[in-house]
Amino acid sequence: MPGFLVRFLLTIQDFYLLTGRAIRNIFRKPHYTDDIILQMDSIGVGSLLIVVLTGFFSGAVMTLQLARALARWGQKGQVGTAVSITLVRELGPALTALMVAGRNSSGMASELGSMKVTEQIDAMRALGTDPIQKLVTPRLIATCVVLPLLTIIADFVGMFGGYVVAVLLVDVQGRLYWSTAWQALEWNDLTQGLLKPFVFAFVVALVGCYYGLRATGGTQGVGRATTQAVVMASVLIFVLTFFLTRIFTSGLLASTP
Amino acid sequence: MPADGAKSILKFEHVSVSFDGVPALEDLSFEVRQGEARIILGAAGSGKTVLLKTALGLQRPDSGSVHLFGQNITRMTERQLFEIRSKIGMLFQEGALFDSLTIAENVAYPLLNQEAIKCPLNEVQHRVKEALHFVELDQTLARFPSELSGGMRRRAAIARAVVTGPPLLLYDSPTAGLDPITAHTIMALIVKERDVANTTTLIVTHRYQDGNLVANFRYNPDNAQLVPVHDNGHGPQSWTRFMVLRDGKLVFEGTQAELEASRDPYISKFRKQGGG
Repeated sequence: MPGFLVRFLLTIQDFYLLTGRAIRNIFRKPHYTDDIILQMDSIGVGSLLIVVLTGFFSGAVMTLQLARALARWGQKGQVGTAVSITLVRELGPALTALMVAGRNSSGMASELGSMKVTEQIDAMRALGTDPIQKLVTPRLIATCVVLPLLTIIADFVGMFGGYVVAVLLVDVQGRLYWSTAWQALEWNDLTQGLLKPFVFAFVVALVGCYYGLRATGGTQGVGRATTQAVVMASVLIFVLTFFLTRIFTSGLLASTP
Repeated sequence: MPADGAKSILKFEHVSVSFDGVPALEDLSFEVRQGEARIILGAAGSGKTVLLKTALGLQRPDSGSVHLFGQNITRMTERQLFEIRSKIGMLFQEGALFDSLTIAENVAYPLLNQEAIKCPLNEVQHRVKEALHFVELDQTLARFPSELSGGMRRRAAIARAVVTGPPLLLYDSPTAGLDPITAHTIMALIVKERDVANTTTLIVTHRYQDGNLVANFRYNPDNAQLVPVHDNGHGPQSWTRFMVLRDGKLVFEGTQAELEASRDPYISKFRKQGGG
C-alpha cells in the first residue's frame, strides 16, 4: 500500500480512537467541571460578537439578493420566507460553525500543541491525569452545549438583519416580513437546524484537539497544527452539511414527483 | 546509600523503542537499586529522554520489558500506571510547568491529582510551601511560570517533582540551557534531595561535571553547602554509576574511575569536556 494511504488510514484510526476516548470519559470520573465552564465561557461568550456580526450581515445580504430575484416574479413580499428557511436550515449552522472553527479549533490546536511540544502533556500523564479527560472532554462538552446556542442566536440576529434591510432598503412591510418568516418554518427545519450544530461541535472540538495533541517539532509544529486544524474543520463542516442536508431532504424529494 | 542486596527499583530488560521505524533505544538492559545514583551521559539524540519516558511508562517499548519497584509495567494500562507513577518524581527538560497555573498550583498539582497520594486538603498548602522552601523559592507562590527566569522555573519544577516525597527521581537534562552558576545551583538541589530524602536518582545529562558533582560531593546540612567527599569506599563514589548512550545503545556502564580509564574516543569526549 502506498505510504500516503497508510498515513491517511492511520490518521483516521487515531481520530476515531480520540473520539471514542473523549466520549467514554464523559461517563467516567474524575469530572473537570471547572474546565467545562471555563471552556464554555471561552468558546460561547468569546465567540458571541463575531457570531452576531456574521449572522446580522448574512441575513442582511441575503435579503438584498433574494429581494431582487423575487421582484422579477412580483414576489418581493416573500423575502422573509426565503431568508428564514435558508438561515435556519443552512447558513446559520454552517456559518456559525465556521466562525467558531476559525476561532476555537485553531485556539485548541495551538494551546494543546504548545503543551505537547513543551512536554506539559507528558507531565500531566506523569502526574496522574489523563490529558484526554482533562483537556479534550471538557472542550467537547462545552462546544456541544454552546454551538447550538450560538446558532440559535445567529439565526435570530440574521433574521433581524434581514428585517432591517427589508424595511429600510427593499421596501417590504415589517409585519409581512416577520409573518412570512415565521410561517415558513416547520419542525423539520428546526430539527436539522439544531442537529447540525451539534454534529459540527464534534468536528470543531475534536479536530482542534486532535491536531494539537499530535503536534511535534517546536513552535513551527504548533503553527502547522493550528493551520491544519482550521482547514480540516472547515472542510469537514462543508462536507457534513451536504450529507446532513441530503438525509433531511431525501424524504422530501422522493415524495415530490 | 544502598545497603547490600538493596531492592531493585528500576530494571530494563532488552528494551527497544523506535519511532516510525527509526530506532531510539536498542536492546537496552540495566538495573538501578535502591539508593543508587545513576548518571546517564549521551549526546543530543542518543535516546536519553526516551529512556526516561520509557522508565515512567509514558512511552511503551516495542520489545523487552521495564520493571518498576519489582512490577512489570510493560503491559499495564494507563490507569494502572497512574498509581506506580505516583512513586516517581520527574523533572522534564525545561521544567514543563503548566502555563495556566500559578507556581503554587503547579506544585500542588501532584498532591491533588494523584489518587494514590490522597493528600488531605488542609495539608496541601503546607507541603507546597515546604517544597518551595526546599528549592528556595518562597516568594513566588502566586506568580505564573512565564514571570520567572529559566533557572527559577527549573527550581519550581524540582519542587513539583519532590513534593510528594517520591522514592525515585528522574531528571531530564536538569542543567541544559542554564548558565554555569544556575546550573550549579540546580545540581546542588539534586544532591541535597538525594542526601536529605535518600532518593534513588537517575540523571540524564550531556555534562560530565554534573555527574562528577553527584559522585564526589554530599550535602552538608550545617552550612547548606556541598562538600567534597574523599573516597573511602563508602562515599557517593561507590553508589554512583555512570552510563553512556550512543545512538540508543548502551556503550558504557560502570563507576567514575572506570569511565576515566576508558580509552573509547566517544566516552572520553564527555570526560574531556568536563575536565576544564
